[in-house]
Amino acid sequence: MNMVNHKSKSPSAATPRGILKSPTGIAGLDEITGGGLPTGRPTLVCGSAGCGKTMLATEFLVRGAMEFGEPGVFMMFEENAEELTANVRSLNFDLTKLVARKKIVLDHVHIERSEIEETGEYDLEGLFIRLGHAIDSIGAKRVVLDTVEALFAGLPNHAILRAELRRLFRRLKDRGMTAVITGERGEHSMTRYGLEEYVADCVIMLDQRMRDQVSTRRLRVVKYRGTAHGTNEYPFLIGANGLSVLPITSLQLDHQASPERAPTGIPKLDAMLGGKGFYRASSVLVSGSPGTGKSSIGAQFADAACRRGERALIFAYEESPAQMLRNMASIGLRLQPWVKKGLLQIHSSRPTMHGLEQHLVMIHDTVRAFQPRVVVIDPISNLTIDGNETEVKPTLMRLIDILKSRQITSLFTSLTSGIAALEDSGVGVSSLMDSWLLLRNVEFNGERNRTLQVLKSRGMAHSNQVREFILTDRGIDLVEAYLGADRVLTGTARVAQETQERAAAGLRRENHARQLRQLATKRKSITAQIAALQAEAEAEEAEVNFAIAQENLDVAAAQQNIGAMTCLRGGSAPSTNDKKGRA
Amino acid sequence: MKTAPRKMKPSSTPAKPAFELRLYVAGQTVKSVAALANLKRICETHLVGQYGIEVIDLMKTPQLAAGDQILAVPTLVRRVPAPIRKIIGDLSNEERVLVGLDIQPVQK
Repeated sequence: MNMVNHKSKSPSAATPRGILKSPTGIAGLDEITGGGLPTGRPTLVCGSAGCGKTMLATEFLVRGAMEFGEPGVFMMFEENAEELTANVRSLNFDLTKLVARKKIVLDHVHIERSEIEETGEYDLEGLFIRLGHAIDSIGAKRVVLDTVEALFAGLPNHAILRAELRRLFRRLKDRGMTAVITGERGEHSMTRYGLEEYVADCVIMLDQRMRDQVSTRRLRVVKYRGTAHGTNEYPFLIGANGLSVLPITSLQLDHQASPERAPTGIPKLDAMLGGKGFYRASSVLVSGSPGTGKSSIGAQFADAACRRGERALIFAYEESPAQMLRNMASIGLRLQPWVKKGLLQIHSSRPTMHGLEQHLVMIHDTVRAFQPRVVVIDPISNLTIDGNETEVKPTLMRLIDILKSRQITSLFTSLTSGIAALEDSGVGVSSLMDSWLLLRNVEFNGERNRTLQVLKSRGMAHSNQVREFILTDRGIDLVEAYLGADRVLTGTARVAQETQERAAAGLRRENHARQLRQLATKRKSITAQIAALQAEAEAEEAEVNFAIAQENLDVAAAQQNIGAMTCLRGGSAPSTNDKKGRA
Repeated sequence: MKTAPRKMKPSSTPAKPAFELRLYVAGQTVKSVAALANLKRICETHLVGQYGIEVIDLMKTPQLAAGDQILAVPTLVRRVPAPIRKIIGDLSNEERVLVGLDIQPVQK
C-alpha cells in the first residue's frame, strides 16, 4: 500500500503532523490536495449532471488498483456493470480485466420502487453486508458509492435511510476505507439530499459552465479537513487517459535563470541579440500586422532547435500541420524530416473549440508527455473570440510559468491589427515576455517591405536598428536597412539608392584618377622646365669659364710676347713679370 | 438458521399457484425473529398448504444478497408466482403484507 505521508517525520517542524492521504493518480489533483484524498475517510464529489463525477471516482479506483496496489469496490446505484465498463473504455480503463484479476469488484445495487412494499421496521444491514462481503473478497482499501442518492428515490422512508447512511459512513471509517461518494448538485445545498452533512471530511465540487458557446470544466476543493489545500477553481479536462487537472503552479516566480542561449536560426538576428540568440527558458513575443512573417520566424526557431537535436513543439491555431509544412517548405524550411524523426510535433486546433483553460491543460499535457526544449505558439491573439485581453492574460501567465519551470524556451506570435498602436502587442502581455520582436511592414513608393526590430530583450545588449528582412527560398535573412537621406529605405527604393550610390562612387573614383593624371602631367612639364633652365645655367657657366680661360690665355700669351720681345730687344733678364710664362 | 422448504399436502381447494417465499435476515435480531414469526402466522392463516418458506441468513452467506438485490433487512421475497415482489420490514403490518404478496385474505 503506497500512501503519501504528508509532513510526517520531522518532530522539529513547526507544523503538526498532517493526516494521511491516499494519492489519486489523477494528474494535478494530488498537487492541489497536497497528496491525495484523506485516507480512511469518505470524500464527497458533487456536481451537476455530466460533470465527470463518475469518471473521477472510477479513475480514483482504477489507478488505486493499478498504480498504488489498493484494490477497490465500486458500488453503483444507477448504471449497471456493463454500462460502466463501456463508458470508461473511452478513458483507456479496462474494468473487465481488473475484475478478472480481482483488483476491482463491481456491484450493481438496484432498487425497483414498484417491487417494494414497506411493512414495519427495517434497517439497511443487507447493504452493509453486501459491501462488507465485496470488500473482504478482494481485500479492498478504496470504495466508491455512485450515486448513493438513488436510494432516496427507491426507499420511501427517508428517516431510516438517513440514519442508515450515517451508520454506513461510520462503518466505512471504522474499516479504514478511503471512500468517494458522488452526489448530484442540489438547488440550495451542495447535494440534492444533503449528503454533505454526513460526509464532512473532504468535499470536491465539479462544475461545467458555458461561456461564449464554449464549455469549461472546473474543479474546486470546497473543504478538506486537516490540511491546507488550494481553494481556487482549477480547470480540468477529461482526456483520452483520464482526468487532467491543471493546478496553478508556482506563481512565486522562483524560476531558475539559465545563462545558456538558444540561437534563433537566423544568424544576423542572433547578432542583433547580443551575438548568441535568446536566453534559454525565456519567453519571446513576435508581434506584427498580418503578413509580416511571424509564423515563419517561429518555424525557423523550431527548425534551429531540431537541427541541434532538441525537441520542438509547435501549437498552431490557424493552420493545419500539413498546411504549415507546405508553407514553410516554400521558404526553404524543411520541417517534414524533423517530424519523421520525432523531433518536431505540430498540434493544430481551432482556438475556439475549447475554453482557454482546456487549451492550457492540453498544452500542459502535451508538453509533459513530449518534453520539448522549445515551444512555439502561433498565434496567441485569437484564443478568445473577441480577443479579450483580460481573459487571455491569466492563462498566458500560467502557461509561461509552466514552460519556464521546465526550462523551455517559448516563442509566441501575436497578430496586431494594422490600425492599432504600433507598440500594442495585441494581448497586453508584453510585460510577461522577456524579449519582444516587432515586425512591421513599411510602405513606400508603391510597395511593402518587411522590417524587424528588437523592441526589448531583457538581460542582453541588443541592437536598436530596424533591419529589413526577406523571406528567401533558403529561409529568412536580414539585410542592413538602408539609411538614405534621413529615412530608412527598403525594398526597391534601397536597391535604387544603392545603385545610385555605386554610380556616384564610380564617378568619384574616375574624377580622382583624372586629377591625379593631371598632376602627373604638370609635374612632368615642370621637371622639364627645370631641366631646361639648368641646362641654360650650365651653358652660361661653360661660356664664362671659356671666356676666363680665353682671357687667361691672352694674358699668358701677352706675357710671353713681352718676354720674347724683351729678349729680342735688350737681352736683359726677364723681369719678374714673366714668372708665369715659362716653367 | 436455514430450514428446508416445507411443503404441506395440497388441500381440497382447487390448485392455486404455490408460493415460494424467501426471508432474508441478518442474524438473530429482534426484527428478524419478529419477521419470521409474523410470516409463519400469516402463511398459516391465509396460505394454508400452498407455501414454502426459505430463510437465508446473510451473516452466514453474504454472497446471496446480490442475487436478489437485497438492501434492507429483513426482506421477504416472493419468487413464485412471478413477478418478484419484495417486502421490507418486520412484517408487522399484516394488511400491507397481504397486499404486497398479492394474497387474497382468507376471512376467518
